[in-house]
Amino acid sequence: MNNRILYAIALLLALVAPFVLYPVFLMKVLCFALFACAFNLLIGFTGLLSFGHAAFFGGAGYVAGHALKVWGWPFELGLLAGVVVAALIGLLMGSLAIRRQGIYFTMITLALAQMLYFVCLQAPFTGGEDGLQGVPRGSLLGTINLGNDLTLYYIVLAIAIAGFALIVRTIHSPFGQVLKAVKENEPRAISLGYDVDRYKLLAFVLSGALAGLAGATKTVVLGFETLTDVHWSMSGLVVLMTLVGGLGTLAGPIVGAIVIVALENKLGDLGNFLAAITGIDWFRSIGESVTIVTGFIFIVCVLAFRRGIVGELMALTKRATPAAPRPSAPQAAVPTATRS
Amino acid sequence: MEIFGIPLQAMLSQLLLGLVNGSFYAMLSLGLAVIFGLLNVINFAHGALYMMGAFFAWMGLTYFGVNYWIMLLAAPLLVGAFGIVIEKTMLRWLYKLDHLYGLLLTFGITLMLEGLFRSFYGVSGQPYSVPEALQGATNLGFMILPNYRAWVVVASLIVCFATWFVIEKTKLGAYLRAGTENPKLVEAFGINVPLMVTLTYGFGVALAAFAGVLAAPVIQVSPLMGSNLIIVVFAVVVIGGMGSIMGSILTGLGLGIVEGLTRVFYPELSATVVFIIMAIVLMIRPAGLFGKEK
Repeated sequence: MNNRILYAIALLLALVAPFVLYPVFLMKVLCFALFACAFNLLIGFTGLLSFGHAAFFGGAGYVAGHALKVWGWPFELGLLAGVVVAALIGLLMGSLAIRRQGIYFTMITLALAQMLYFVCLQAPFTGGEDGLQGVPRGSLLGTINLGNDLTLYYIVLAIAIAGFALIVRTIHSPFGQVLKAVKENEPRAISLGYDVDRYKLLAFVLSGALAGLAGATKTVVLGFETLTDVHWSMSGLVVLMTLVGGLGTLAGPIVGAIVIVALENKLGDLGNFLAAITGIDWFRSIGESVTIVTGFIFIVCVLAFRRGIVGELMALTKRATPAAPRPSAPQAAVPTATRS
Repeated sequence: MEIFGIPLQAMLSQLLLGLVNGSFYAMLSLGLAVIFGLLNVINFAHGALYMMGAFFAWMGLTYFGVNYWIMLLAAPLLVGAFGIVIEKTMLRWLYKLDHLYGLLLTFGITLMLEGLFRSFYGVSGQPYSVPEALQGATNLGFMILPNYRAWVVVASLIVCFATWFVIEKTKLGAYLRAGTENPKLVEAFGINVPLMVTLTYGFGVALAAFAGVLAAPVIQVSPLMGSNLIIVVFAVVVIGGMGSIMGSILTGLGLGIVEGLTRVFYPELSATVVFIIMAIVLMIRPAGLFGKEK
């Protein structure tokens, strides 16, 4: 009940936002929010930390950009091409990565994504260091011209909401419950007869496809695609967004994406402000060294703020309103899964 | 003389270059393996600390006129001390949590270190010249051997095998291996495990810095040199498995050689060949070449 009101408020804010803030900035936020939600499906609800999500985000961006610009495909087919390719990359990467558990899984995804980075660096159609420039927006279903920022904003909002709804539906579906079981105790899920590898792979592909949708949309919005989007630092950035917002919470990644994108955009101003009040001139250069700040936030989050913004808020409200006594859950001594 | 239409000279020099790269892979993956064994943390910052070692060597020479040989000893000590501070103040709080948090923390440290060095020195490389005693090359008859590259291979082999010896053959190493298996029991025998953990991290990190100083004259010293390397080293670790010290050393060297040969026969693939091998190994032997099936 409470959630519904919050969702309604968020939707209302999203609808009026482009009249207050710059629409392109908002669209960028939406794309990253969808990206982070897709990533969170894996880390927060399946317990798999992928450090290779840039491969989906950037890979789909390149494919969509190429389809729109060189082949002249319409908007919706361009996005679809991006999503399909991202899903295929997910299938390949996932089927290799799930062969190992825990920390190895993370290293494998990172290495495979780096491989795709080198492919993009050398392949002729990506434009190498220059990137893919001048991607046209085209029109929706051949009728609605997307050149107008405001029109495109509402389309992007619809895409993001659809993606988010799909994630919510997935999590609450029986399939999502199995994923949760895998996260909590993998050996037990296996012993209950679930083909854990297949569930993991499916979650990986789904997460990759949605990340691809976000990447393809972002390419259309900004009109270009560069190597930044396939670089490992992009994979790190989406981890950070999810971590800041709250791992394993539904709204967390959205909040995290808003915070991080806004911070990146406003860091120069913040640096100037800090320099003005502290008198240390070095702060002025902070705008150019975003990595220092992101690194710092990473460290603080991991050490002291592991629940993230939404996680902390939820913990606060839970403490403020003591819940009705829960039916005493059987405190069976379930051995925690040891991961190697 | 030619082999498959490629002059022997060119092939041998690429092979040597591959061996040089391989020794860096070996030293870094060895450090990662030792740290992971005892701390259960994948040290993402390994690349950044390798970069720091190289930068300390460069700074020592540029600002204070301290020569290569002293820095070869001093830089690992400094970086090792820095590592101990990291372990004592930050990593220590994460041991009870999921391994993933250790990776994320060290990732954050990597970003900060890289960003700091970048804000001072930019992204372009700083040249560091080969120390005088090792300049020039020796003519072996069938190839010209650059002295410095030979030194890198020899020095890193010595360090790697010394590490192997200490861990596998001495009493200290026995404590360490016991600590990897069952830290609680080892502590019950009166051994100061937390201290051992701290020192292990310091040592592993110092090894990375040592590799960094060795690398400084071979590649230009730049803030990004570490992160480019560390991802390849991760692939090396996945291929070799972290269970065995000797396994890490051999995998590192072997992959360096493979990479060097690829550069001769099919240069376009040289950046990705390690990742391709990783994919193949995962398909055939998921636990890694030297890993144990669990």
